[in-house]
Amino acid sequence: MSATTGYIGKSVKRVEDKRYTTGKGNYTDDIQLPGMTYGAFVRSPHANAKIKNIDTSKAKAKRGVVAIFTGADLAAVNGVPCGWQVNFKSGATMKEPKHPLLVADRTKHVGDPVAFIIAETREQAIDALEAVTVNYEKLGCVTNPAEAVKPGAPLVHDDVPNNICYDWELGNPKAEVNEAMSKASHVTTLEFVNQRLVPNAMEPRSYIGSYDPVHEKYTLYTSTQNPHLIRLLMCAFVLGIPEHKVRVVGPDVGGGFGSKIFHYTEEALVTWCAEKIRRPIKWTSERAESFLMDAHGRDHVTKAEMGFDKDGKIVALRVNTFANLGAYLSTFSTCVPTYLHGTLMQGLYTTPKINVDVTGVFTHTNAVDAYRGAGRPEATYLLERLIELGALEMGMDPVDIRFKNFIPPFDGVKQPGYQTQVALQYDSGNYEGVLKKGLDMLGYKEFRKQQKEAAKNGKLLGVGFSTYIEACGIAPSAVVGSLGARAGLYEVGQVRIQPTGKVSVFTGSHSHGQGHETTFSQVVADRLGIAMEDVEIIHGDSDSVAFGMGTYGSRSLAVGGSAIIKSLDKIIEKGKKIAAHKLEASSEDIEFANGKFTIKGTDKSMAFGEVALTAYVPHVYPKDLEPGLDFVSFYDPANFTYPFGCHIAVVEVDKETGKVTLKRFIAVDDVGTVINPMIVEGQIHGGVAQGVGQALYEGVEYDEDGQISNGSYMDYCMPRADDMPMFETGNQVTPCPHNPLGVKGAGEAGCIGSTPAVVNAVIDALWSSGKKVKDIRMPLTPERVWNAMQE
Amino acid sequence: MNVKINMKVNGTSYSHEVEPRTLLVHYLRDTLRLTGTHIGCDTSGCGACTIHLDGKAVKSCTLLAVQADGHELTTIEGLSSNGTLHPIQEGFNQEHGLQCGFCTPGMIMTALDLLHNNPKPTEEEIRHALEGNICRCTGYHNIVKSIQYAAKKM
Repeated sequence: MSATTGYIGKSVKRVEDKRYTTGKGNYTDDIQLPGMTYGAFVRSPHANAKIKNIDTSKAKAKRGVVAIFTGADLAAVNGVPCGWQVNFKSGATMKEPKHPLLVADRTKHVGDPVAFIIAETREQAIDALEAVTVNYEKLGCVTNPAEAVKPGAPLVHDDVPNNICYDWELGNPKAEVNEAMSKASHVTTLEFVNQRLVPNAMEPRSYIGSYDPVHEKYTLYTSTQNPHLIRLLMCAFVLGIPEHKVRVVGPDVGGGFGSKIFHYTEEALVTWCAEKIRRPIKWTSERAESFLMDAHGRDHVTKAEMGFDKDGKIVALRVNTFANLGAYLSTFSTCVPTYLHGTLMQGLYTTPKINVDVTGVFTHTNAVDAYRGAGRPEATYLLERLIELGALEMGMDPVDIRFKNFIPPFDGVKQPGYQTQVALQYDSGNYEGVLKKGLDMLGYKEFRKQQKEAAKNGKLLGVGFSTYIEACGIAPSAVVGSLGARAGLYEVGQVRIQPTGKVSVFTGSHSHGQGHETTFSQVVADRLGIAMEDVEIIHGDSDSVAFGMGTYGSRSLAVGGSAIIKSLDKIIEKGKKIAAHKLEASSEDIEFANGKFTIKGTDKSMAFGEVALTAYVPHVYPKDLEPGLDFVSFYDPANFTYPFGCHIAVVEVDKETGKVTLKRFIAVDDVGTVINPMIVEGQIHGGVAQGVGQALYEGVEYDEDGQISNGSYMDYCMPRADDMPMFETGNQVTPCPHNPLGVKGAGEAGCIGSTPAVVNAVIDALWSSGKKVKDIRMPLTPERVWNAMQE
Repeated sequence: MNVKINMKVNGTSYSHEVEPRTLLVHYLRDTLRLTGTHIGCDTSGCGACTIHLDGKAVKSCTLLAVQADGHELTTIEGLSSNGTLHPIQEGFNQEHGLQCGFCTPGMIMTALDLLHNNPKPTEEEIRHALEGNICRCTGYHNIVKSIQYAAKKM
């Protein structure tokens, strides 16, 4: 590819693939350090139990055991913090019980760590587990958030009445919403569970802690989405160790989907123990432990009502949700059902009155936090199920009712952003556009004919729609701070031009599958008019990257990419001064294009590489200018970005067995400007598969003892290759008006839009055969669908 | 207690003493330091550890190292030759068949087995062959296309 070819908008093949396809990836568990030991956890087999005593003496005597730590050894160590403070309606601070690294007195969910064994080998550590004796007094437990708030329910934390972490509401005053609802000509009501999911990144979490006594320096290798954030939380809030003496490295990371954002107890523990035993310690989660300990997603028990006028216009929305937070507050758990869920209740519609009421509840279960979409899938599910069920109940077409209710198109430049009833201001949108495109791709009229034909042949087909919006690149810092965030949400981008004109880019974003090394290189090469091969992206190491907030919430390009652009702008500005001096012109007269600094209107120019060399060999150089060409920028966005789209599912339901087959899936997503269409489509595909997984296959089942009864790949059903069709993707571009690239974010869209489309399709199939089923609990297993058909 | 084993991995002969309980995947990763073979679960459900034993795809977490004694193994590291990617590796790059890369070695080794036995598989046959391998990133769409790409080239 020639140096000045535009890279933006092209499906450039990924530069990171070679190491992954040849087995040369470097994930945390692949790393072996000299003298490394291995850790294993004794975990509570009970959901709620008093620890009466722990005897580690036999285990300590086992071959190869180096050390054993219990909660008593860590009495003076803080727990891991929660990163977002949500207040009660009364203004009181949320309840925030300690989340200890090891439990000393009472375990609060199955898997709670009780002792940490360190041995010479992995096998010896596991052998020693069985030699630890723990005497428990088993107590009663509660796992359902709607049950946990009832008087008399077992308490997770003795000092948290009714297990309520906070109550919270947003939108119009309840009285106004109630009045609008009472005047509605039709009210559609759904009481449902948005079930608990396991993110299931394919790489299990893995950590290596090490300590160098000579330099008094700690290193943590961690499968994380945000190394700097882990360093900050661990140093400042948990271990009280100096941040400049801690290096956190997130090497290749095998998927995250949210679950590797959070600061986990095991990360802090291996770091703390490494200093105690003066040897490196590796701990890698087994998959069974992942099911118990990786923060889960969703788990809402909800009642929602949507009121319509006689023409199908939405007049009011009322939502009451019990959000399960688990036994302890994970890093961002508290903001997911509130600021990432309640704030999305406007959807794409002009609903004039909205009230959403959320109670965050502790239960004797594993922590729940952000999982791909985080709050937005729950909001979208609720809205898209209600509007489509409302259409069915009123005898309207599910497409017509959406066109009636859409917010009209606005670009955020000539027309202002759209102010919702629930705090957000949408940046730009053309909602009817994505639905129209989706209908074209589907062939809607033709489908309805096919559906009737199929019915004659005894086949049950259904189509379901979902027109969603999401909020990405959560920002700006001042706003999220006022809402309770305990961190800023900017990003850092450093661009270092080497003397020969080659470029090293240091980003605080972290790739764990998103292809940043390719997309960011495209952006940088394009702006500088150089070859992509001359750009390297460096991420994931707190010793080389200045700072960073990491990758989640589809923020990397919108926030991290914008920070890189800021640094590029500074480089071009400085390059103009250097070129102007050499070319004996004024810097105002220099323009930069296609990799050249040129005096406007002349053919006198300097190539980018020459300017770079001059910056480092400043013999003929402006008097007041520093040598070098290297800038770090922090970018704090002006607003969230708001991608949106239309997802359409076509299903066939087997009348005899209730089995649902996904026949077609159409996704039209508007994620703003697209840098690499291949990568964006890949993100959509993966998100859709996870969203379909929630609709049809996945869900954590806790039994009455608080045990996960499907905690393995033998039992927890994830989408496999033969469950999925080829996806049909389309796109529309409505640029984001407030960031330099016009990008909005694509990581979560597929997972947010898809779930209700699939469930709506099954409901449509049933209604088309005369079975007026309002809801089937997800996942829609054959048994549940079959039972629904018998009613 | 330890048992002596000999095997050929990616064309090189190895001889080591191992504990009889050592899983083959741990031997490959820890002793031979061939870390391209991954461990994604503990129930033989995910397929990230798939390698070839005497030319057939097997899950190396389901075999003991001693069971591989005397056999010939190929891991992901042994697939490309002289820096030239195997058509399946090339296909995964060309068709964006990977994101985080963790399942990829297992996917590629499974695909290789499929294409050995069925050089021109249908989409349905490809999807069926991948049943024992989980990918959480791609939704399988581009993995199927990657294997179709390789089938055309091989």
